[in-house]
Amino acid sequence: MTAAAERTGADRTEADRTPADVLAVAREQVLERGAGLDEPRVLEILRLPDERMPELLELAHEVRMRWCGPEVEVEGIVSLKTGGCPEDCHFCSQSGQFPSPVRSAWLDIPGLVKAARETAATGASEFCIVAAVRGPDKRLMSQVRDGIKAIREDGNDIQIACSLGMLTQEQVDELVGMGVHRYNHNLETARSHFPSVVTTHTWEERWETLRMVHEAGMEVCCGGIIGMGETVEQRAEFAVQLAELDPHEVPMNFLIPQPGTPYEDFELVEGPDALRTVAAFRLAMPRTMLRFAGGRELTLGDLGAEKGMLGGINAIIVGNYLTNLGRPAQQDLDMLTELNMPIKALSDTL
Amino acid sequence: MYCVHCGRPPGEGEHTRCQGARGAIDPPRFCPECARRMVVQVTPSGWSARCSRHGDRSSFNTASATD
Repeated sequence: MTAAAERTGADRTEADRTPADVLAVAREQVLERGAGLDEPRVLEILRLPDERMPELLELAHEVRMRWCGPEVEVEGIVSLKTGGCPEDCHFCSQSGQFPSPVRSAWLDIPGLVKAARETAATGASEFCIVAAVRGPDKRLMSQVRDGIKAIREDGNDIQIACSLGMLTQEQVDELVGMGVHRYNHNLETARSHFPSVVTTHTWEERWETLRMVHEAGMEVCCGGIIGMGETVEQRAEFAVQLAELDPHEVPMNFLIPQPGTPYEDFELVEGPDALRTVAAFRLAMPRTMLRFAGGRELTLGDLGAEKGMLGGINAIIVGNYLTNLGRPAQQDLDMLTELNMPIKALSDTL
Repeated sequence: MYCVHCGRPPGEGEHTRCQGARGAIDPPRFCPECARRMVVQVTPSGWSARCSRHGDRSSFNTASATD
């Protein structure tokens, strides 16, 4: 390691930085004024060398603390309808177009109520009901309605989000009527990269659902997956496109190459690249909730997850995911305790 | 017995992906007794799987998802 590489942010002085130094710019623009970086600056962040990582993560954490606060929103998710999806999202083991080992399954109402209860028991304030579909049909909407009703009758007042694919205006209105307060629909990747990831629908169709959700007054949850063959330029593009959408929450997934999918042999995202991307997204979206989602266990491991929590992340999915297992919820809750990060209480969200 | 992640006998083919960290995040997909693909439901705290021939198993009655 070089002498320069050993220097931390604290060692650096103003004299080390030229006026154009991207972290100096970010400190003034993002930390002090709360204005996200533009695409060229985000790209500069993504190209920072490893020796500047400590300084970058420290700044991203400061930005998160300044504009979002110390609390961490904890969420659990469950798949209501698994597999058999007609779409061809190349990363997804639930597509019916690929020879994935994932078979179709429906979760019944008692199972959904139990999953919501397990999630609430972790202290989570958010429970997301997910279905692998292009968009919901009447059967699915009915199942969601019955499920939410049953969760409430169980005495569980956890906030309920849904992720059911592309919606019509009528379906948006129905979900609002059911009390769904947040809707997840990921743009997945940069607009320029999307056609090589999905061919059965367009980025613009997803954007249209997000627009309707926002206009209906639901919170918008929209993120994507890092590591699907996008360039670093496209990661910067994606960050800025998300910032333009201005979602309430951005879930950040890291590709888990799923057997049978076109991406099964893709390499995992390197840990430092994942952390750099988290920090870059934070500097593009200082006020947005950034959530650790799928893939962090493989890409970052336990130590990397902590670094991410200290590098811009302020929300987390605990427990298992849709088709993959996460680490035990208690392990994440213990991590938050050790990091002195309080869990956002349900009472704060109501 | 068959590998619950790829459905092949343990001594047949490559099982690198089935083991270690990747295996640990995958619930069983294939019946260990007959290698049929199972219907698997993942929930926040566990998983359950059904083989049409050999019935149900779950994280609550199986020691490890990777065995």
